[in-house]
Amino acid sequence: MINKTVKNAQEAVADIPSDCMLMMGGFGLSGIPENCIQALLEKDIKGLTIVSNNAGVDDFGIGLLLQKRMVKKMISSYVGENAEFERQLLSGELEVDLIPQGTLAERVRAGGAGIPAFFTPAGVGTEVAEGKEIREFDGKLYLMESWLRADFSIVKAWKGDTSGNLIFRGTARNFNPIMATAGKICIAEVEELVADGELDPNQVHTPGIFVQRIFQGKDYEKRIEKRTVTR
Amino acid sequence: MLTKEQIAQRIAKEVKTGQYINLGIGIPTLVANYIPKDLDVVLQSENGLLGIGPFPTEENVDPDLINAGKQTITMLPGSALFNSAESFAMIRGGHVHLTILGAMEVSENGDIANWKIPGKMVKGMGGAMDLVASADNIIVAMQHCSKDGESKLLPECSLPITGINCVRKIVSDLAVLEVAPEGGFILKERAPGVSVEEIQSKTAGKLIIEGEIPEMTFD
Repeated sequence: MINKTVKNAQEAVADIPSDCMLMMGGFGLSGIPENCIQALLEKDIKGLTIVSNNAGVDDFGIGLLLQKRMVKKMISSYVGENAEFERQLLSGELEVDLIPQGTLAERVRAGGAGIPAFFTPAGVGTEVAEGKEIREFDGKLYLMESWLRADFSIVKAWKGDTSGNLIFRGTARNFNPIMATAGKICIAEVEELVADGELDPNQVHTPGIFVQRIFQGKDYEKRIEKRTVTR
Repeated sequence: MLTKEQIAQRIAKEVKTGQYINLGIGIPTLVANYIPKDLDVVLQSENGLLGIGPFPTEENVDPDLINAGKQTITMLPGSALFNSAESFAMIRGGHVHLTILGAMEVSENGDIANWKIPGKMVKGMGGAMDLVASADNIIVAMQHCSKDGESKLLPECSLPITGINCVRKIVSDLAVLEVAPEGGFILKERAPGVSVEEIQSKTAGKLIIEGEIPEMTFD
């Protein structure tokens, strides 16, 4: 087996340069790579293009990278909960490419799977379709979308082993497994890093071939955006 | 006029046993409270869960379990988890039977606008464009008029649209309407105390009235 272990988040992100393209797993604040975001904040880089379904909140998640003006462009499906994001967008400091969520997921999946383009019904007849090839299949219109690939993808899993095999937990899985496949280098941070042999191969969600670096994360806050309870 | 809860209650009557259902944010989420207990249905959350359970108790809150509106939720016996690509494979592949979502405007040919208002901060379409482009059965929960009293059921949408020719049924605070295949809103039911004339005056798109229009009943 190939040992993918690195010491910590700082080592994992050490070679991420300015002006590169990153993918980051997570939906809202659930399943985001908290440790790597902190480590990126300590680096003196800027001009990042980040593919992530959301953009965090003002003081957590990707919102922290926005506060430090490290982000040039976001590629997302929904960016609603972030005032600093809105300010930078309106002032022209930040570009945003809004993509239907299923199209975003499939573009990432396609990128990891070596499929350069595909046809989807999402966005036909809307401004999303502008400039895109439209084709009819079995009487219905579809538009062509292309793959998304990144220099680095950064994912967060529940458990992982030193070979890079990953298991996710709950809805914190979301975009993480597909993004793991679409980065030239995939960095995985896990709540629990175990030795090879300790994960049941039947339960592995992401096979280690997709993961180049893995480390044991620490101090997870796992902030909840909308705590909703029954009494 | 119906309250938001009553709109949800009326939409719940459209649910049939055996359906997999995606509920949008807002009034659609409330529909879950009114689905009869004897129906076997499964709610899909596009962030990666089939079988959404009730909100958790304070001690059962789990940050790794949220719905697409980012609220904390629970799972049920028989629930399944999956990634975002697989989730939208379910949606685009036609495996989700019923989609219920909100709208800012609907046109008489079934176009829906619900993601963008020019001049306001655009938050994004999330999964709405995938959902409306794919589902065979789309029910819209909406207010019949804007706060200024302008009709939101129009000949054509004025706002940027989310999907074309997709809405089948609308439950507003005033009426239940179906979108006719050849265009137009077919009036099916009136809210209690609301006249056909009032619905006509508040519907800018073509309204089709055939025979007596019954008043909605609530249990």
